[in-house]
Amino acid sequence: MTTRRDLIAGAGLAALAAQLSGRALAQAQTLASGKDSVVIAMTLEPPTLDPTSGAAQAIREVTLQNIYEGLVRMDRTGRIVPGLAESWEVAADNLVHSFRLRSGVRFHDGAPFSAETVRFSFERAVAPDSTNAQRQIFAPIASIATPDPLTVVITLKQPTANFLYGLAWGDAVIVSPATAAANRTNPVGTGPFRFVRWNRGDRLELARFDDYWGPKPALARATFRFISDPQAQVASLLAGDVDAQTNLAAPEAVPQLRASPRLSVSFGKTEGEVILATNNGRPPFDDLRVRQAIAHVLDRKTIALGVYGFNVDLIGSHFSPLHPAYVDLTNTYAVDLARAKALLAQAGHPNGFSCTLKLPPPAYARRSGEIIAALLGQIGINARIEQLEFPQWLERVFRGRDFDLSVIAHTEPLDIGNYARDDYYFQYRNPEFRALIAKIETTLPEAERNALYREAQRVLARDAVNGYLFVLPKITVTAAGLSGMWTDWPLPITPLAEVAWR
Amino acid sequence: MLRLFGGRLASCVVTLAASALIIFLMLEVLPGDPAAVTLGLNAAPEALAALRAEMGLDRPAPLRFLAWIGGLITGDLGLSYTYRVPVSQLIGERMAVTAPLALAAMLLACAIGVPLGVVAAANHNGPLDLAAMAFAQIGLAIPNFWFGLLLVLVFAIGLGWLPSGGFPGWQAGFWPGARSLLLPAVALALPQAAILARLTRSAMLDALQEDFVRTARAKGLASRTLLYRHALRNALIPVVTILGLQFSVLIAGAIIIENVFALPGLGRLVFQSVAQHDLIVVKDLVMLFAALAILANFAVDLLYGLIDPRLRRRA
Repeated sequence: MTTRRDLIAGAGLAALAAQLSGRALAQAQTLASGKDSVVIAMTLEPPTLDPTSGAAQAIREVTLQNIYEGLVRMDRTGRIVPGLAESWEVAADNLVHSFRLRSGVRFHDGAPFSAETVRFSFERAVAPDSTNAQRQIFAPIASIATPDPLTVVITLKQPTANFLYGLAWGDAVIVSPATAAANRTNPVGTGPFRFVRWNRGDRLELARFDDYWGPKPALARATFRFISDPQAQVASLLAGDVDAQTNLAAPEAVPQLRASPRLSVSFGKTEGEVILATNNGRPPFDDLRVRQAIAHVLDRKTIALGVYGFNVDLIGSHFSPLHPAYVDLTNTYAVDLARAKALLAQAGHPNGFSCTLKLPPPAYARRSGEIIAALLGQIGINARIEQLEFPQWLERVFRGRDFDLSVIAHTEPLDIGNYARDDYYFQYRNPEFRALIAKIETTLPEAERNALYREAQRVLARDAVNGYLFVLPKITVTAAGLSGMWTDWPLPITPLAEVAWR
Repeated sequence: MLRLFGGRLASCVVTLAASALIIFLMLEVLPGDPAAVTLGLNAAPEALAALRAEMGLDRPAPLRFLAWIGGLITGDLGLSYTYRVPVSQLIGERMAVTAPLALAAMLLACAIGVPLGVVAAANHNGPLDLAAMAFAQIGLAIPNFWFGLLLVLVFAIGLGWLPSGGFPGWQAGFWPGARSLLLPAVALALPQAAILARLTRSAMLDALQEDFVRTARAKGLASRTLLYRHALRNALIPVVTILGLQFSVLIAGAIIIENVFALPGLGRLVFQSVAQHDLIVVKDLVMLFAALAILANFAVDLLYGLIDPRLRRRA
């Protein structure tokens, strides 16, 4: 209840605030609250803390741009900006990349950073015993030269358009020779935060690194908490036990959280394309008409609403709207049951057919799978749902290609090139598309490359290789007063240096 | 007595060996490659092969079985596939949460359940008896994860007295750690308390009808002394037996409760390692639970032998 006295006091404060400039006010607030620590919840716990030896997204979310840094980094809009390299030049032949490194950079253990450290890190990533999950980033490297301690010259075997892009990933962070082997449990990097403690199964604590080369972060301490149960996530936010949740696993709780004046909820985009993966190598899905018929019944809007209860970004090809080359192809095959039935009849299945729909555990897959099965039933396709655990999904669907249909999110950024791999699990074999991707990889001017990306999206949409559904949303929940959390995920990370209390 | 001990011990060893073989074979036929789970969708075949070699998965199954058994005997439980730290360290860390949680739940269940049962029996068919049994009925009927959510709603979100979940670690001090275990312990204790209340009540009612109680009553003993000194003591024998057996039920309950409260305990470790295909942790944990159950039975067998001389002579 608001009393008259509160109102008067409020008016006084407002008058005071009006006298102060915005920046001074922010400082005054920071001084007043004095808060320089944060507790951020996330769904999955990283299995280790070394992004160069495992693919788990959670490793990157905790460590990249916090503990470790690469030569370049990605900003919140998906642009590549300087990291440990303050500048770089690409020679006219598009092969020789010269990186100018920052001086005075130190690792958390005091070890110096130099051109030699860069060479060590990249050579380690392609060594025979390396378990780097994205070796292909380094595959184009022909040689690494270190003419002086602050210059690295990398010569490629052939022009590679996305080479720099890959260097912003967690798999390409710079590690120190003395500590690299122990990074899984005791990470040492050059980033603005250093590792303090990890209570496995519960929380990870980081502290500001005082010898950081860049601007001093506002936060002195940060704690990541790992809460997988959706209800427990909601409870921790409502109880004020955590200050933020990077990606809420309980979309149904959004209205409840929005109702709280202490919390704010925002919906963002990610690079995770959710697709109805289709086995193009197995009849009847090897018939374009069958895939087109399926595309004509996939009512994306209904599926996305059924999964989340609110609108998310729909896609018509294997490309995220976060990328500047994105084109909206959701109307390539509009929802049209009569047309779908006609196409099925032409393909020799006037009464439909039976198949399986293998679903991995995530809620987006299980929920959309049920709706898709119902939609397919409208044209006589009887899709029997089989629920698999993730390791079994990897073994049978991904590696064994033993599936008809499946639902899965492809979360790696800019992964449309996978369609040029003949042996990839959905077995799309199109020499024309392969040539297109090869051309993209060697086309460096951005405008030209983006035009080719648009063409590639159109080919996939037209061929209805998979059913393209929606991009995974990022539901960021933050306490009022906390600013700087990433709300889009061009790369699924949470850079703490940008987070501050207002 | 020595022969009884030796016989029981031999059967224990045989049971343990058989369970080890069954656990290993069951996890062996499970499809899925732990290396592929770690390295994800884009992994190069060379990276997968390197990781498989690092995990020791490139060796034939019989060799891996022998290495595992050898490790168990020498106390080396292996390296977790996902966390890449010794499994014994993981189990130790998690035990520091689950053991106090289970103990607190057990004590709480006794503190609530036994007095409730005694009161109910003393007021047989009276209103107190009815109330106590209604409580027990509700306690048994409510799923403990739902009760846990209710507790969070009231005490963490509504009143803000206790944290909604998580565990700060014992290094943060006793009270912060204990605070985090309070709500989960209550949620875990409720069904146990209900079971104990019903059991105590029926055991008390049986005891109160025994000849020695009638004799004591005829000798003019005060009803309070009679109730506590004579009837309760005898009634406690079946209660204590059941309490021992309830240990495995507590572990199973902990798997659910630890997830609801995001607690880093053994139960959550089982859940996580199954989902992440961390088979070496699964193997070690199942083996640990099996060993605990077998040991508990062994102890109970020996206790019976001590209590009842007839069993000793027969063996």
